[in-house]
Amino acid sequence: MAVVVTRNLTKVFKEGELGAVNNVNLETREGEFLVFLGPSGSGKTTLLRMIAGLETPTSGEILIGGRVVNDLSPRERRIAMVFQSYALYPHLSVYKNIAFPLKAQNVKKELHKAKVEWASSLLGIGALLDRKPRELSGGERQRVALARAIVREPAVFLLDEPLSNLDAKLRASAREELERFHRRVGTTTIYVTHDQVEAMAMGDRVMVLNKGVVRQLGTPTEVYDNPADTFVATFLGSPPMNLAELGDVIVGFRPEHFRPASAAAGDVVPFRLRVENIEYLGSEWIVSGTLAGGKLDAKKVFSRLSSAQNLSLGGAYDFAVPQRELKFFDRATEKRVESKAVSWQ
Amino acid sequence: MAIARRKIKSFGAAQSPLLGAAMFSPAVLYILLLVAGPFFLAIFYAFSDARIGNTELHYVGLENFRSILQSPSFRVAIRNSLIFTICSQIVVIVGANILAIALEQPFRGRGFIRFLILLPWVAPIALGAIGWKWILDSIYSVISWVLVALHFYKPFNAPMWLGEPHLAIASVLLVHSWRLMPFSTVILLAGRTAIPKDIPEAAAVDGAGFWRTQLQIVIPMMRPILSVAVLFGLIFTFTDMTVVYILTAGGPFDSTQTLPSLAFALGIQGSDLAAGAAISLFLVPLLVIIAYFMLRVAHRAEVT
Repeated sequence: MAVVVTRNLTKVFKEGELGAVNNVNLETREGEFLVFLGPSGSGKTTLLRMIAGLETPTSGEILIGGRVVNDLSPRERRIAMVFQSYALYPHLSVYKNIAFPLKAQNVKKELHKAKVEWASSLLGIGALLDRKPRELSGGERQRVALARAIVREPAVFLLDEPLSNLDAKLRASAREELERFHRRVGTTTIYVTHDQVEAMAMGDRVMVLNKGVVRQLGTPTEVYDNPADTFVATFLGSPPMNLAELGDVIVGFRPEHFRPASAAAGDVVPFRLRVENIEYLGSEWIVSGTLAGGKLDAKKVFSRLSSAQNLSLGGAYDFAVPQRELKFFDRATEKRVESKAVSWQ
Repeated sequence: MAIARRKIKSFGAAQSPLLGAAMFSPAVLYILLLVAGPFFLAIFYAFSDARIGNTELHYVGLENFRSILQSPSFRVAIRNSLIFTICSQIVVIVGANILAIALEQPFRGRGFIRFLILLPWVAPIALGAIGWKWILDSIYSVISWVLVALHFYKPFNAPMWLGEPHLAIASVLLVHSWRLMPFSTVILLAGRTAIPKDIPEAAAVDGAGFWRTQLQIVIPMMRPILSVAVLFGLIFTFTDMTVVYILTAGGPFDSTQTLPSLAFALGIQGSDLAAGAAISLFLVPLLVIIAYFMLRVAHRAEVT
């Protein structure tokens, strides 16, 4: 097991252009499940590939287990990586796929069988060892890729969107399985995804990236409840946080805190909402509309409610947000600032 | 695919039942006239005493086969055919793999180098062989000149590349390999680009070095395309007589004769059509085997 550290890590693909990864400083914790979350093009995969040794950094350092590994090849870094496509060797059986890292790292041949059996039973694919990858389902392939990664007992696990090729139903169960798997082996894991649900559900900590820059690193609760800037605030949450410009600040509040005034209590900010759309999602309702009156007149906002049965399209209703749920961001830098009193009218 | 095929079929049937037949009859005619005709003629001649300029023809049974099997030139020709075919494939596959690996990475001028490498394939084989004949000439050889200039040999004492049996065999082999290399390189390059980048990267992360990645992952994954290259190469080399004919004309002392060149030398130049036909029939068994494997490869490529 090991800790991964990056210092001012930068990758510029084309000189003169903005870096794909800019000045990333990161330190994982022993055995943690760290998620890199960001939209496509945010540099999360490039960052992972630099840690893996598949991409050479333009500047900065990478340390694994306290050792600078910039000049080490992937094989010397004691890492394992699961690719988005799984990258199974199509001409080799499942057994030989899993045994390949052992062979490549000159593990004694007598040990191969036991290790392959250990890894495959850990992932419940013991019955598939004679098959070829093309004879497996998506979920089975993903397990083979994981078994191939775990078999050499790496210091760090790198997972590049391993669930994105699975269908929605399978993804949920695979996610749970991955979490259980991580708890069992306890290896430091870095997981790349663009899916906020995966990030929130699986991550011990989540690192939110945009345009190659780390926007925030924190536990799922921290990044959701206390976003560091407007990007994090709107990237997490569905629908995203409502943001409104008020003077020199941007005020934000989550749709689930924007509720009918009758349900609110204590110190609240009142609004008048003209309902324009109502979506029923089974367990919840998404209501959207525009505010009426005050400085935020005609501002489009979302509300997330457990019931919207007493609301109707076109109607205007009294809504409110608890004062303590308001987040404030600097209008120029879009960074989070202290709560302050603002005038709404 | 299946839908498209059915559509085409019904379209043809609606137009005219003869349309299909008319469309492929040129191909059938071509094969009948230029492949099947000469083939059956060769079988016919092989059991006769046909000679050029002689209108009479008698059935002689297996006499032609008996006499060529006893001829030392024939045994040398069979040996050479096998040596040239098999050894040139080994040289070509190793060389083409090295070239393909080198040409896979982008570098300045790669397009031009690829063009240069492809040149031997697009140039007529006869011209290429004549070029080599000069390069390997006993007096004007540029190779000998370089070796003399580097003091490996005394002037006028350099090896006779095409004049000594072993060197002549090696020279023919070299030219065959030179000729096939571009084709195999292009095929293998295509095969390499078809492999997803993830796979060699996964191998690198798994701890495999360059050789293990190439030998255990990349090249085995290219096996179908590799066998296409090999089978084509086998046929091109085994049936070729241009290189031998131009470089050595089978000499010295029939030491570089191959089955096709010997058949030509005896049958056309020596007027003994029957013997030439009998010799060329010895090509058939090997070609049938190769054709069988080609069909299998083609079939497998269709299935997967």
